[in-house]
Amino acid sequence: MNAAGFPVLSLITWLPLLGGLVIMSIRGDEETVAANARWTALWTSLIVLALSLVLWARYDEADPGFQFVESVAWLPDWGITYHMGVDGISVLFVLLSTVLTPICILASWESVKVRVREYMLAFLILETMMVGMFCALDFLVFYMFFEGVLIPMYLIIGVWGGPRRVYAAIKFFLFTLTGSVLMLLALLAMWYQAGTTDITVLLHTTFPQAMQVWLFLAFLASFAVKVPMWPVHTWLPDAHVEAPTAGSVILAGVLLKMGAYGFLRFSLPMLPQASAELAPLMFALSVVAVVYTSFVAFAQTDMKKLIAYSSVAHMGVVTIGIFSANVQGISGALFQMLSHGVVSGALFLCVGVVYDRMHTREIARYGGLADRMPVYAFMFMLFTMASVGLPGTSGFVGEFLVLVGALEVNFWLALFGSLGMIMGAVYMLFLYRRVIFGRITRDDLRAILDMSPREIAVFAPLVVLTFWIGIYPSSFSGFWDATVNAMASQHQAALHAGHADLKLAGVRP
Amino acid sequence: MNWMVALPELVLACFGMVILLVGVLQRGRDTFQLASMLTLGAFLVTILLVIAGARGFGYHGQFVTDAFSLFVNVLVLVGASLAVVGSLDYNEHENLRRFEFPVLVLFATVGMMVMASSTNLMTLYLGLELQSLSIYVLAAFARDQLRSSEAGLKYFVLGALASGLLLYGISLVYGFAGSMQFDQLATALADPAHASPGLIVGIVFIIVGLAFKISAVPFHMWAPDVYEGAPTPVTLLMATAPKVAAMALLVRTMATPFGHLLQQWQQLIVLISIVSMLLGAFGAIGQRNIKRLMAYSSIGHVGYILIGLAAGNTVGVRGVLIYLVTYVFTSAGAFACILAMRRRGTMLEQISDLGGLGRRDPTLALWMTVFMFSMAGIPPFSGFWGKYFIFTAAVQSGLWALAVIGVLTSVVGAYYYIRVIKVMYFDTPEEAFDPRPASLSTLAAATGLFTTLFFVFPAPIVGAANAAARALFG
Repeated sequence: MNAAGFPVLSLITWLPLLGGLVIMSIRGDEETVAANARWTALWTSLIVLALSLVLWARYDEADPGFQFVESVAWLPDWGITYHMGVDGISVLFVLLSTVLTPICILASWESVKVRVREYMLAFLILETMMVGMFCALDFLVFYMFFEGVLIPMYLIIGVWGGPRRVYAAIKFFLFTLTGSVLMLLALLAMWYQAGTTDITVLLHTTFPQAMQVWLFLAFLASFAVKVPMWPVHTWLPDAHVEAPTAGSVILAGVLLKMGAYGFLRFSLPMLPQASAELAPLMFALSVVAVVYTSFVAFAQTDMKKLIAYSSVAHMGVVTIGIFSANVQGISGALFQMLSHGVVSGALFLCVGVVYDRMHTREIARYGGLADRMPVYAFMFMLFTMASVGLPGTSGFVGEFLVLVGALEVNFWLALFGSLGMIMGAVYMLFLYRRVIFGRITRDDLRAILDMSPREIAVFAPLVVLTFWIGIYPSSFSGFWDATVNAMASQHQAALHAGHADLKLAGVRP
Repeated sequence: MNWMVALPELVLACFGMVILLVGVLQRGRDTFQLASMLTLGAFLVTILLVIAGARGFGYHGQFVTDAFSLFVNVLVLVGASLAVVGSLDYNEHENLRRFEFPVLVLFATVGMMVMASSTNLMTLYLGLELQSLSIYVLAAFARDQLRSSEAGLKYFVLGALASGLLLYGISLVYGFAGSMQFDQLATALADPAHASPGLIVGIVFIIVGLAFKISAVPFHMWAPDVYEGAPTPVTLLMATAPKVAAMALLVRTMATPFGHLLQQWQQLIVLISIVSMLLGAFGAIGQRNIKRLMAYSSIGHVGYILIGLAAGNTVGVRGVLIYLVTYVFTSAGAFACILAMRRRGTMLEQISDLGGLGRRDPTLALWMTVFMFSMAGIPPFSGFWGKYFIFTAAVQSGLWALAVIGVLTSVVGAYYYIRVIKVMYFDTPEEAFDPRPASLSTLAAATGLFTTLFFVFPAPIVGAANAAARALFG
């Protein structure tokens, strides 16, 4: 069947939903229900994590194709199958999702007090959608998960969010939906052209040049909102600020990766000519995102908003990497995505720690926390450095590789890309100085307590991952090297075939 | 003469008369529940007859039973049954306990079934009028209430106007083509070049008449008022079965006798579709009353369904039928939730009355959420599949303007659907609703499960819709 001997991908996709059903069936008074819901959710997500480690252990790094493949007839007469599988570029995002979910559940252990049952249910449904999306090998299956994410996330922001949660939730929903429905049209057009929605077939289908451009723009509408790229990034700061801490972690950690993953899975390999043709547009948008949002981040007074804007800038680096379309660029983009998933998640958790105590995210309300919260100051320092891209932390690897990749394309692109890194250092260190250093001027800060063991337990895996990626990156890049090499060479081959006007591109390499 | 092809309709009509007799003979006693149960039984028997019954033409080619009519009839019967179930509790409470209610639903259903099977403009008209007349009465069924009487009257006047237009169109077509028989019309009109302007005008009148019945823009004015004023179970009925029947009628009429004139009527359908989608999306935004919201939502849905008709091929009609299936269940479910909105014995209709339902009644809120997301076309709910197959047709036929406007209006539509969800989950709780009767819980749960789990096993319904669409295009 597959390397694991059992349908591991379906299991880790649907198991959280099963846990959700268990949570729904819990009866009793509010306290009992809340406690049981917390534990059920935690155990479910931990079991899912344990199962997903099978992927880590059994993944064949030499094979660039899809592994752990499952296929069940769904609408066979219409070329639609329930097809699951992972390759080098998706396997680690499955793991990222399964790692972050228990962390989020643990992080909201005490901070979420109302409607705990529904909260945990929403997170488990969210996990199903995220994992399913990264595993899907059928475009329609992918689309269902991709859009399905909106449902739990809308409720998480809207029910457990801050004062402007309704505005933020509706904005998030409508922005993302607008992009997705345009992608749906692209899906239908590809289906009509190829007669199937199977991604493995679509990857080897050549679409006419004119059609490619339209398809690319439709994908762009969807993925650019999700990434988010400038100028459709405005939903992100709102959503981040209003979402509960764990919601922000998942939003930054996994949901933003869905857009970049979409570029890597669909736009680049399926539409090589259009990708090459429109790469300058992508670069321009990315550079604007990197430079402009860095400046915007610098001007923020709200911690979460600052980190949200920094996410836009970091994801701009990712899109530069993807569309430079060479091995270093794509590899760097993947590192940057992975690193950003861990680091920005951790930074939002850092904000959550003080927010739980002080109930404010105003930078000006803090100062001198190093005195009272040494452990916290250390954690915050570590992730700030990782976000800045200090060598030895995860942030460095991705940014470095992307710059190498960009340099192969264009000197100015690399220059502007690196400008973002300098700006990143400026605003992150600025944030750190104002929150952690200085003298305590406010009385209520004097009584603030350092991190509890539970909070340290939440951060521990993220610390390990940050250093692991930074110090020994090849244990991660090993997963995708084969796939990325194949992808880059296939891209070049398709472009040459296109340039020479040979109709060879449709032939399977 | 092969009258067996109309056996289900005949049996159902006989059932109707028997139930009427039962009601009359039991005078003085409370026979509403009995008559409702008998009606549901009659619907069940008829569904079985429809599935098992004979196929082919009958009555000198004026009537047909094929895969298309089978699909539509089953759907119509299911929709009518859902409406009867929805009325069980409502009519008890609102003092509408009269046995004529289910009987009128039943006769309306007979009319709808005739509509789905008619292959002659005259049969078509008879079926349509039987359906319409029954529903005029139903809309005014709460005769002591001003709103209901107003709704009935409004519906009647505008409906009669539409029927007049339809008849005028029929007479023009008859005059210029020389027949009312679908197959003879198809032969006579095989060459679009010979279609005279008078004939085209006739077709336009027919489309206008039918557009009234499906509440497509610009003939939608009655819908919000009638939806609001009519007793809610009647609104449930109007939103489901008659829509299916009228849409099926429109599809069959456009596809069979006028199929060769696609070029002539396609533009008109495209236009109606676009304005319906736009008005459905934007008109609903300002609504405070949930029944009016559903009216605008149904106008929008009709716009999407017309995309399939505009494609004018098997793929399009398949999309229409799948969309109708998902729409019937989703909107019946949504109305089941609306029927449950009662506080201290008074029915509520404002969207704000749903405030905080997520805390007061999580089950009902969950189902309503499912229905709203489904109407917005969010996967994995069934509404997404309806849109999926409709837009497939648009893309394959190259109707890109329709497709793009369609998906964008669906985003606007999503705004007011998720606003209902927002009210239920994000707003501060209102007082709890009265306990729900079992009939409504069952109705909401059944339609909710269908809507949620449609995606698991869609192949049979998609396959049946495909077969039905093929039957139409031969």
